[in-house]
Amino acid sequence: MVIIYAETWNNEFKKTTFEAISYGSKCAQEMGLESIAVVFGNSNVSVGELGKYGVDKIIHVQDIQEFEPYSIALALSSLMKELNGKLLVLNGTANGKSLIGILSSLINAAAISNVTSFPINYEPLTVLRSAFSSKGIEHASSNSDCTILSIVPNALGIKSDDDSSASIVLKKIDPNSKTSILQSEKESGEIPLPEAERVVSAGRGLKGPENWNMITDLAEVLNAGTACSKPVSDIGWRPHSEHVGQTGIQINPELYIAIGISGAIQHLAGVSRSKTIVVINNDPEAPFFKAADYGIVGDAFDVVPRLTETLKSFKK
Amino acid sequence: MKILVCISHVPDTTSKIGFVSDGSSLDKNGIQFVINPYDEFGLTKGLHLKEKHGGTVSVVTLGDESVEPTLRKALAIGADDAHRLDGVPHDGAQTSEEIGAFIKKNEFDVIICGQESIDYNGGIVPGALAAKLDLPFVNACIGLDIDGENVKTIREIDGGKETAQTKLPIVIAGKKGLVEEHELRIPNMRGIMTARSKPLSVHELIGSKALAQSVSFSKPPEKKAVKMISPDNLGELVRLLNEESKVI
Repeated sequence: MVIIYAETWNNEFKKTTFEAISYGSKCAQEMGLESIAVVFGNSNVSVGELGKYGVDKIIHVQDIQEFEPYSIALALSSLMKELNGKLLVLNGTANGKSLIGILSSLINAAAISNVTSFPINYEPLTVLRSAFSSKGIEHASSNSDCTILSIVPNALGIKSDDDSSASIVLKKIDPNSKTSILQSEKESGEIPLPEAERVVSAGRGLKGPENWNMITDLAEVLNAGTACSKPVSDIGWRPHSEHVGQTGIQINPELYIAIGISGAIQHLAGVSRSKTIVVINNDPEAPFFKAADYGIVGDAFDVVPRLTETLKSFKK
Repeated sequence: MKILVCISHVPDTTSKIGFVSDGSSLDKNGIQFVINPYDEFGLTKGLHLKEKHGGTVSVVTLGDESVEPTLRKALAIGADDAHRLDGVPHDGAQTSEEIGAFIKKNEFDVIICGQESIDYNGGIVPGALAAKLDLPFVNACIGLDIDGENVKTIREIDGGKETAQTKLPIVIAGKKGLVEEHELRIPNMRGIMTARSKPLSVHELIGSKALAQSVSFSKPPEKKAVKMISPDNLGELVRLLNEESKVI
C-alpha cells in the first residue's frame, strides 16, 4: 500500500496536494500496489476531486480538522500499520515538514526529505534529493521496508485524468493533540512562496520599503509571489516570511525575477533551482548574472515600471 | 530551567561545495565548519531563556573529534556545558535515537533544535526526537514564550504564522525569528577564555541504526551562459520568457 497525505488548507486542497497525489499514485503503479489518499477535514472538503490525480482510494477522516502535527502523524502512522503501508508520500510544505520527523519515529521508517525525482530504483527505494542548500544532489536510498518521502513543492508536476475516480471511505480517528492552536494569520501576498510558480524578488537596491509598489505591481501582472533578500528582511523592510535564501525559504518557481539583489552565495542557495532566472541590476559585475538565464544591466527604478507596462500590453 | 540546544557542525554558508572524486562524500578540503545557522538562533534563544528564568544551557552534537571546535564555540558564546555523542551521524533516525537516549538520561525542560542543518537539509531529527520522547513539537518555530509550565509558540506556516500553546517540556525546531539576526551572540574574548575550562564530555553511542543511506553525491548541472538584454529592449525579454523559456 502507498499512502499519500492529502493536505488541506481551510478545507480546500492545495496545488501541492495534487503534486503529492500524482507522485504517490505513480509510485504505487510502478510498485504494483494500491494508492490511498488520506484527507483530514470536515464534510465540505470535496474529497472526490482527488480521484482524477490517479489515486485508487480516499480515506476521509472528519474528526480531525485542524493541523496539529501529533494528531495528524498519529492518524497517518496508525493507517500505515493497519494497511501495511510500504510508502508514505508527503509534500514538503510547512505542514509536511512538521510531520516527517514525527512520522519517521512513530512508523520506524526511513525518512527522505527534499526529494526532487521520482524513484530511480525500487529495490531498494532510491531517489534524488536536494542537499547542501541546492549546491549538491544526493542519491538517497531506503534501508527499511517502510519509507517516507517528502517531495519538494513545485518540482515534480501534476498529472490528472478527468475520467479517473476513486472510492471514498469515511474513517473515524479521534484527535490526539499535544498542542492547541490559538490562531493562524496570513501575512504576505495571496500566493504562498513555496508553491508560487512565479516569484518577483527585490534587494537593498530598492533603497527603501516605500519603493516596493513597483515590485508588487510587477508581481501582480505576472500573478507572482513576492520575495526579498536577507538584508531586506533583517532591516525590517519586508516580513521574514518573504526572505528567500539559505536560511530563509528555498523556492523553485518556473520564473524568478531578482531586482537589485547582488546574488550572494547564500541567496543563490535558496533560489538556484528556479527554472528561469532574470536578473535586473545596475552593477554589471553583480555575481547574480552568472547564475541567470537573462540579465539586464539597468536602474531598477527605470526598468521595472517599464517591464510591468510591457508585460501588460503583451497580455492584452 | 534545563535547556538543551542541539547543534550541527556544518560547512560555512559561503563554502563552495564539492564532492570527493567517487562522489561518496563531501570534499572537506578547505572548508571552514561552523555552528549550523538555524542552531545559532536556537543557542541565543536558549541563553535568553536562561537569563529570564534561570537554569543552565547545555549543547549536544553527534560527531567525531573534529566537531569539538564547534562545541567550544557554543561554550564561548555562553553555553554552560557541552556533550559530544561519539560517532558519525548517518541519518535522522539514528541521530534522533542517539540524542533521544542522551536526553532520557539527563532530562531537559526545553529542547531546541534548528529547523534543519544546512548541509544535508534533512529536517528529520527535531520531530523524530519529539516523538521518541513523547513531547509536544513545534516546527519552524519563530516565537517561544514560557510562563511557569505554560508555553506559547509561534510557527511559520506557508505565507503566514500560527500561534499555539502547550506545556513543558517541549521540543522546538527554530529558525530566524526565534531571535532576531542582530540579537545573535558571538564569542567575546572573555567567553573564549572561559570556554576552555567549561566541561565538554564525550558519551558512547547506544548503537542505533540508520534507516536511510546516502549512496552518492553530485553537483547540479551548470547553467547555460546568461543572455544579456538591453534595458531599452524589454520587449525582447518578454518574447524570450514567452517563446524560449515558456514561463509566461
